[in-house]
Amino acid sequence: MTTTVSTGQRIGRFLRDNPLIPLILLLLVLVAILEIRQPGIVNERWVGNTIKFAIPLAMLAACQTLTMYTGGIDLSASVVATIVAFVMATQVPVIGVVPGILLAMVPAVLIGLLNGFGVGICGVHPLIMTLGTGLIGTGFLQVYQRTVIASGSVVPESLQWLGTGRTFGAPNALVLFIPFAIAILFIQNRTGFGRLLYALGSNEKAARLSGVRSWQVYLALYTLSGLIAGVTGLLYVGLIKAPSLSLVEPLMLPSVAAAVIGGTSIFGGRGSYSGTIIGALILTVLGTMLTLLQMPEGGRRILFGAIILALTAIYLRITDQD
Amino acid sequence: MMRLVQRNGWVAGLLVLLIILLIATKIIQPDFGASGVESLGRASVPFAFATAAMAIVVIAGGIDLSIAAMMAVCSVTAARLMVGAGDGETVLIVILVLALGALMGAINGAMVVLTRVPDIVVTLAMLFVWEGTALLILNTPSGAATQWLRDLILGSLSIPGLPERATFIPKSLVFVVICLIPFWFIMHRTKLGLSIYAVGGDPVAAFRSGVPIGRTRIIAYSLAGVLAGLGGLSLTMSTGIGEPIPGPYLLASVSAVVLGGVALSGGKGGIIGPIVAVFILRLVRMDLTLMSVDPNVTTIVEGTIMVVVVMLGGMLAMKGRRP
Repeated sequence: MTTTVSTGQRIGRFLRDNPLIPLILLLLVLVAILEIRQPGIVNERWVGNTIKFAIPLAMLAACQTLTMYTGGIDLSASVVATIVAFVMATQVPVIGVVPGILLAMVPAVLIGLLNGFGVGICGVHPLIMTLGTGLIGTGFLQVYQRTVIASGSVVPESLQWLGTGRTFGAPNALVLFIPFAIAILFIQNRTGFGRLLYALGSNEKAARLSGVRSWQVYLALYTLSGLIAGVTGLLYVGLIKAPSLSLVEPLMLPSVAAAVIGGTSIFGGRGSYSGTIIGALILTVLGTMLTLLQMPEGGRRILFGAIILALTAIYLRITDQD
Repeated sequence: MMRLVQRNGWVAGLLVLLIILLIATKIIQPDFGASGVESLGRASVPFAFATAAMAIVVIAGGIDLSIAAMMAVCSVTAARLMVGAGDGETVLIVILVLALGALMGAINGAMVVLTRVPDIVVTLAMLFVWEGTALLILNTPSGAATQWLRDLILGSLSIPGLPERATFIPKSLVFVVICLIPFWFIMHRTKLGLSIYAVGGDPVAAFRSGVPIGRTRIIAYSLAGVLAGLGGLSLTMSTGIGEPIPGPYLLASVSAVVLGGVALSGGKGGIIGPIVAVFILRLVRMDLTLMSVDPNVTTIVEGTIMVVVVMLGGMLAMKGRRP
């Protein structure tokens, strides 16, 4: 009697070992609902578009995923992405494409370093630190905007190709995203740095006592997060084609939601970037569904919030049955 | 005992900072007087309520990202109901709005307790829900506010027998203080307040000492909801209309709570410190405006103050840990 395991428990255990499966199932269910409500909508073009819009979200969510491994969060990511996009677009007409892009990445690295300094060396809570640097970044961006109001802005052809173009029906952004995703997965699974992130998130004291110089890890992590956010900004401005002072802001909260839905624990030590990618796809499909429902804006927001909460709660129940 | 001294030391330091800033304001702008204090007080009211709400939730070991959105819901509800409402009806409306705030807070708390999803994620999701609710109630800024309610925070307190010029205490300040006294009392003088501190400080220890964790959390969130209701009301009171898009109260309340000496890990700090911090932050903003600094530079300064304060605090805490 004691060895019999009920079917429910067995399913629960299976899902716990393979946390991606319920997520993929959920994604398929959402797509199926969409197809039933609006027959014929799910075609090659739609899939391409969904992927195109999910990629910037998934990249920004990489910042959240990586920092969440250590129990942190990067709320400055959307500000960094906006700054990079805006500085790039306004500097390109003056100094050319490549120098413009390189110059635009400087504030991303600086904000990342500042975040890492605050979190790793001063021991500030990442939420507060990144909220503060985000505020400072927004202020600088607004001041900067005053100085370049005359020069106009240009989104380079190459970024537009990357952001909006498609080759054989597949969005060109995949050229950037596939190597990016492989690199992140490689970092988290196969490198010492990745292991250190999980170690710091599960038990910082133990990691420190085992000789991990945590401040170096945090400094590297938040700088990397800033860099990723910067690249996301470049890609996103290629997709939207109009730089503004709140360009990437709408992706901020969804990027946190994508990481959480993807099964990354906000308390650290657990999660995987592959889940985040599916989470970003789920959120994008959800967005399409809510747009198709033709509800007033308010109703859509309520549903969006309710669904995020429900998904997270159910997912936690499924994978945490002990 | 040590903690009490430390906490009061922090608040005293903040008060000194506030006084220095007030003197600095007087030097920058020799005309600074009753009307300046009045506008400072009026601008601070919604921030003060948002911060007090955030402080209670953070002390209870959580965080509520949806406070600004709840304020928006309360503001639009009040503005919509008060169109053409009589003086008596307004009292009912105020009670209703505060009850609505408590209900929203209780829903937040219940969601945190029932789903066992981290506070930050739950309130992030609820942020969308409340934002949507506010938009459904009122799509564009409109509505009205009853005059006697508006008079509660507009202008300065006039004391009978004294000339108008001698009364420099703004009514808004009195309003905030009167509204916050019950909350201060709950947090520092009742068993419930002690439970909130216990749950925030060490949930396991609190549980083993017989504190009902779930119920205490929900009550803490409801208290924050009532305060968000007051904040929303004060928004409608000072502008005369309801605004469905939440203002910048989330960021501002978190920074004031941190500056006010409340530990984000929960269980430490009070309400007075964060409120003093609100006035400091507002005064800094006003000083910079008086010095005709670009308002955008003001944002940079505000952010820098917040970051520097938390970095110094972090360094000091680390020093303390390694004696």
